[in-house]
Amino acid sequence: MSTIVTDTHSAHDAHDHHDHHPKGIKRWLFTTNHKDIGTMYLWFSLIMFFVGGSMALMIRAELFQPGMQIVDPHFFNQMTTMHGVIMVFGAVMPAFVGLANWMIPMMIGAPDMALPRMNNWSFWILPFAFLIMLSSFFMPGGAPAFGWTFYAPLSTTYSTDSTALFVFSMHIMGMSSIMGAINVIVTIMNMRAPGMSYMKMPLFVWTWFITAFLLIAVMPVLAGVVTMVLTDKYFGTAFFDAAGGGDPVLFQHLFWFFGHPEVYIMILPSFGIVSAIIPAFARKPLFGYASMVYATAAIAGLSFLVWAHHMFTTGMPTFASLFFMYMTMLIAVPTGVKVFNWVSTMWRGAMTFETPMLFSLAFVVLFTIGGFSGIMLAITPVDYQYHDTYFVVAHFHYVLVSGAVFSIMAAAYYWLPKWSGVMYDTFLSKLHFWCSLISVNILFFPMHFVGLAGMPRRIPDYALQFADINAIVSVGGFLFGFSQLIFLAVCIKCALKKGEPAPAKPWEGAEGLEWTVPSPAPYHTFDVPPVIK
Amino acid sequence: MNVRLTRLLLALSALSISATANAEQSLQLNLTRGVTDISNKVYDLHMLVFYICLAIGVIVFGAMFWSILRHRKSRGVKPATFHDNVKVEIAWTIIPFLILFAMAVPATITLIKMDDTSDSDVSVLVTGSQWRWHYSYLDYDVEFQSIMATPREQIYGRLPQTENYLLEVDRPLVIPTGKKVRFLITSDDVIHSWWVPAFAVKKDANPGYINEAWTRVDEPGIYRGQCAELCGRDHAFMPVVVIAKEPAEFEAWIRGEEERLRTAREEEQRLLSMQMSMDELMELGQQVYMAQCAACHQPNGQGIPGVFPGLAGVGVSVGDQQAHIDVVVNGARGTAMQAYRNTLSMRELAAVITYERNAWGNNTGDMVQAADIHHFIQGNQ
Repeated sequence: MSTIVTDTHSAHDAHDHHDHHPKGIKRWLFTTNHKDIGTMYLWFSLIMFFVGGSMALMIRAELFQPGMQIVDPHFFNQMTTMHGVIMVFGAVMPAFVGLANWMIPMMIGAPDMALPRMNNWSFWILPFAFLIMLSSFFMPGGAPAFGWTFYAPLSTTYSTDSTALFVFSMHIMGMSSIMGAINVIVTIMNMRAPGMSYMKMPLFVWTWFITAFLLIAVMPVLAGVVTMVLTDKYFGTAFFDAAGGGDPVLFQHLFWFFGHPEVYIMILPSFGIVSAIIPAFARKPLFGYASMVYATAAIAGLSFLVWAHHMFTTGMPTFASLFFMYMTMLIAVPTGVKVFNWVSTMWRGAMTFETPMLFSLAFVVLFTIGGFSGIMLAITPVDYQYHDTYFVVAHFHYVLVSGAVFSIMAAAYYWLPKWSGVMYDTFLSKLHFWCSLISVNILFFPMHFVGLAGMPRRIPDYALQFADINAIVSVGGFLFGFSQLIFLAVCIKCALKKGEPAPAKPWEGAEGLEWTVPSPAPYHTFDVPPVIK
Repeated sequence: MNVRLTRLLLALSALSISATANAEQSLQLNLTRGVTDISNKVYDLHMLVFYICLAIGVIVFGAMFWSILRHRKSRGVKPATFHDNVKVEIAWTIIPFLILFAMAVPATITLIKMDDTSDSDVSVLVTGSQWRWHYSYLDYDVEFQSIMATPREQIYGRLPQTENYLLEVDRPLVIPTGKKVRFLITSDDVIHSWWVPAFAVKKDANPGYINEAWTRVDEPGIYRGQCAELCGRDHAFMPVVVIAKEPAEFEAWIRGEEERLRTAREEEQRLLSMQMSMDELMELGQQVYMAQCAACHQPNGQGIPGVFPGLAGVGVSVGDQQAHIDVVVNGARGTAMQAYRNTLSMRELAAVITYERNAWGNNTGDMVQAADIHHFIQGNQ
């Protein structure tokens, strides 16, 4: 993408008098342009997706057969931990921030993000956070090995010194997220084009608006809890140590008070993406726009009242378990409304099946499957059986991989022509879709079975009755992993401007201000705000 | 490799044909029904929610695929323009709510039963520590620890894996059938989770706090489970095995255990005055080391740099003998090193310390006798 934007820029240089930005590496270091920053976020997240993915392949290689063949159990735990941390904080979240940067100003008719310098900083601290995190692999004892949920006291008394680096990099990521969220909120509240009332905003803008509030609400909680881990380990406090009057379960309450809204932070923007793509390719307006907005807000509100459903086995009072069970079940209502609305949007439309639509349709089906297992997990007495098994692993990978990641792929294909100015390679993109769709199900569907049969998660070795399914899952894992190289090829081709030139609006049914500007989008768009009727 | 491939193909066909297909050794694809009243209720609840989800899935995906097949541009359809219907929106808010309510009622009833640990007949204190379970019967003078019995040779592929690979222990927990058994669950170090699928019992073992769970098993048998909460390096190697025996057999077993413990304690007192030879100490020490210490400090005494300290040529095992005894007997606070005072007999403590001081080229020549441990503990009090 970089080349294209540069080319675009030089093409426009002659008549862009106010635009004197540096060239080469300095352009990227000092840029305050929302498109440049969006591009950097997206490439960063793609790189992290492959880094985290290769860790997943290491995990699947070890689990291909019973017995320890490839890695040491301690290294295996480092892999599961870093895979989780990198995919959540390095791949999915930055991808959404990248999409927000690129699309929100163009969707609301704003010339840029409201706080461009902060925007630059919130991106550029991110690579350093991950360098710090990844450098812990070279410490004695290696990287953190306590799971991405870093439960105390495994992460305090019983951890290695990489915990300090883990805490520090978490703080940096948190700062980056908070700044990104503030920027989104300020931009949306202040920079909408005349006539763009809140209830006229595209759903992607709405879902990101709500997501940004979630981020601001919970990231400080994460910062607090990692700091408590740090002081418990190094400065003699006892927040999570019963011997000093603390409680290890307090950690889990604090962590999941952050962690559950965090889960929705990673899915609400997906809802916005799919709500843009399905109407475009069904050639029919989104069904129930207002109810979509209210449902998103309801999900965000409920997300603060369900955290302890991750903790049913910690020994809560029955009353508390019941409360969290009921609240969790309630989330199915607004989520259901969304799925019904998407299906109704397709109903009696005139659908075509370009790659963004294919990924969106797969999203609806597979995310809903993840929703079903979510309802099953909400039922406390049965959760005792599912908790900490591969059933949970299957559940959250259905919502995060075939959910969030598929929606990001859909978004990439949908907007790549706008970003790069060329159409993506249709054949490769369809190949990517079908390979991903098939392999993602070989990878994650059998995990339901092996989890129900009783295989705990986060184990490097397992009993013999789990062997056959684990072999299938590992095969699926490698197929899925290597299928993503096709996506990389598609992105590189677009970045090198190899492909048919894209018109301003390549999709017949697409709606929105972003399609009113040329493809590739000029370096500066909407210097003069458009007027919305 | 050929056997694996065959098994893989078998499993694939089993998956594709039906969920009840039997591969080589009855491939389990669904939740276990278990052997208790509660576990059956849990299973029924699981199936109820599953079928409801399946029904909703068939309707929603059915509508979606119908739409994908019929409402496509290539069929020359004209898109409709409707985009709102308040009545429909209200209906699909209220109907799911009612379905959820129908699920919540049986779930609530079952949960209240599961959480009611009152009126138990037998109580067992279950203590997790890295990476073993310790069982103590509160109504009897019986306690012991339970360690995975699968040899490392099987894990590292030097021996073929046997039937209960990773799910076998040296000393299983024994409970009576037909009695309400209450488990008091806690931990000595990190959080563990005690799980027996056949009983539908899974409860976290939190250090410094005690959780409760209960079961009433009607069928005698051997039931296997695992630690379910990530608890460090050997989390995968911390199985739970429970044997349910008829009450009369259980009583006989308890009496036998009480007798065994009593004799062991008398023997220990008698042995205090005996000197063991270097060979005896080293032989017993090696056994104890492999069972208790090798998981962290590694069989070759090298430890894992940055995680678990090595013992070969460094640290306490070549330093002051009293300090060495202290760290083994009392543990090292603030680290993963636990106190072995109540886990090992004085003879075993003496042997393992002697072993550590002389194995892997440490060759200090020091011999520690049970009496030395006895003196140390007396002196501490």
